[in-house]
Amino acid sequence: MTRTTSRIGAWIAMIVGSLYFLLPLAATFLFSLKMRRDALSFDAYKVVLTDPQFQATFGYSTLMAVLTIVSGIVLVAPTAFWIQLKLPRLRAVVEFITLLPLVIPAIVIVFGYLKMYNSSAWLPLTAHERSTDFLLVASYVTLSLPYLYRSIDTGLRAVDVRGLTEAAQSLGAGWGGILLKVILPNVKSAILSGAFLTFAVVIGEFTMASLLSRPAFGPYLQLIGANRAYEPAALAIIAFLVTWASMGLIQVFARNGRAKRKAA
Amino acid sequence: MAFLDIKQINKRFGTQQVVCDMDIAIERGEFVTFLGPSGCGKTTVLRMIAGFEAPTAGAICVGGQDITAQSPQKRGIGIVFQNYALFPNLTVEQNIGFGLKVRKLPRREIAAKVAEVLRLVELNGKEGHYPHELSGGQRQRVALARALVVEPKILLLDEPLSALDARIRKNLREQIRDIQRRLQLTTVFVTHDQEEALTMSDRIYVMNQGKVEQHGTAEEIYTQPETEFVARFMGNYNLLKAEEAHQLLGLQIDGHMAIRPESIHVLSAGSHELGTFEGVIRRHQLLGGVIRYQVESRGVALWVDRLNRNVADLLPVGASVRLQISDDDMRVVR
Repeated sequence: MTRTTSRIGAWIAMIVGSLYFLLPLAATFLFSLKMRRDALSFDAYKVVLTDPQFQATFGYSTLMAVLTIVSGIVLVAPTAFWIQLKLPRLRAVVEFITLLPLVIPAIVIVFGYLKMYNSSAWLPLTAHERSTDFLLVASYVTLSLPYLYRSIDTGLRAVDVRGLTEAAQSLGAGWGGILLKVILPNVKSAILSGAFLTFAVVIGEFTMASLLSRPAFGPYLQLIGANRAYEPAALAIIAFLVTWASMGLIQVFARNGRAKRKAA
Repeated sequence: MAFLDIKQINKRFGTQQVVCDMDIAIERGEFVTFLGPSGCGKTTVLRMIAGFEAPTAGAICVGGQDITAQSPQKRGIGIVFQNYALFPNLTVEQNIGFGLKVRKLPRREIAAKVAEVLRLVELNGKEGHYPHELSGGQRQRVALARALVVEPKILLLDEPLSALDARIRKNLREQIRDIQRRLQLTTVFVTHDQEEALTMSDRIYVMNQGKVEQHGTAEEIYTQPETEFVARFMGNYNLLKAEEAHQLLGLQIDGHMAIRPESIHVLSAGSHELGTFEGVIRRHQLLGGVIRYQVESRGVALWVDRLNRNVADLLPVGASVRLQISDDDMRVVR
């Protein structure tokens, strides 16, 4: 009796929870199809996807995301490897540092940047478009640290980093070779998971891009949302799809990684 | 000067002294084993030879050259790990060829060397397999091939057989010894298994608490232990305290008396030979070709081994026997 009641309770909780998430999404999707007065259509999507500003901002954010991923991996992978191999005592400190972006609001960080790197500062990064892009990538790397570091660190913990490193060392490999040819290929799925998570974070980011005045997808979303009716709904669905695709790919790579490790 | 000369080596982790003033000398082409229980410092010494740990004090010389400060990459010393440490993302062929590729050898030469070493470890046909597709014994042979193909000055084996089952372990240890003899490769083998040490080694260093307790040939270590630890660790020695030795044999000694079970002769109860003493069988264990009896004599329990020739020879529990031990088989140890 108690078991049946708790099962019913669980189902009710799950249905209510799902409805809470899915109903607004379904409503948004339905609304996005109502641009044509007398019928459901994908007109809003057509308008959005053919808008040159959409293409430009989405392309810009994609480029920023790729640069963020590459810079993030270059920064995080050797750090996590070194912490695991030589400085395990510093793990807690590094974990704390990587979690800071979750605690410090993005707006605080970006105001800090504007104070530090404005056009009259000693390093005027915001004075030029390209240097502002560099600053934006740096800020995205900071924002993605919690996700990227955790993914890579988890991947490294699952392989025998010390054994593989020492085996490669005894065969004459240098540190670069060890990292590129031995360690990174064995945490590929973890790196890809972190990369897709970073992509999902960067593609919809608003605060940094807006306050640094860069033509990114986040500010474009906000602009459309404030001035149009049906297009923002279509954009929201597109943004959801991009995020979900990233999440789906993370699942695929994580599963492949687990299967390989299990077989080994 | 020996080919591998370890002089007064020390290693301390924080306040813990793991290796203490160790001197080890290994000649070219020798197969030497570091034998000891867990935590005795044997693996730490091996890791210092490989360059993975820096000694706190002392020096390591190979061929007369001091390599103490050299990086592992430059030492030219091969190592085989207990857990294989094969690169999971590479095939057998790529794993073995890794060291040659690092040395930027031409592709054709790498292929030829890999094929040769694969023949040596009898793994032909497994070139394209990934480590996870191989058995434990095959993985360890790949690890051995990977270490051998770069023609190291010294081969280090860090408990390479521990993770394998008994039958594969026996085959692989014969194979390793055979390859080592054929290549005349200076080899240092680390194990806690006495049988492995005795069957494979030219010489054995028995280690305890960061120090060398005794070193010598397998025969010397087994038959002439110098300390109570070595006698206890090497096998099933009867170790009698001074008072027990006096009680049983009427001898005054300083230290312990070590007597091997197989050196005690069991005579029939009616025997009146000189130098024999009476005992009673308390229990027995069948160890295959040998039966081990526990015999109580003058209040002292002794383990005695007899060949298991046939069922009729089995001495029943409670039977009276006479025991004889020659003076040569009694060793006083520290």
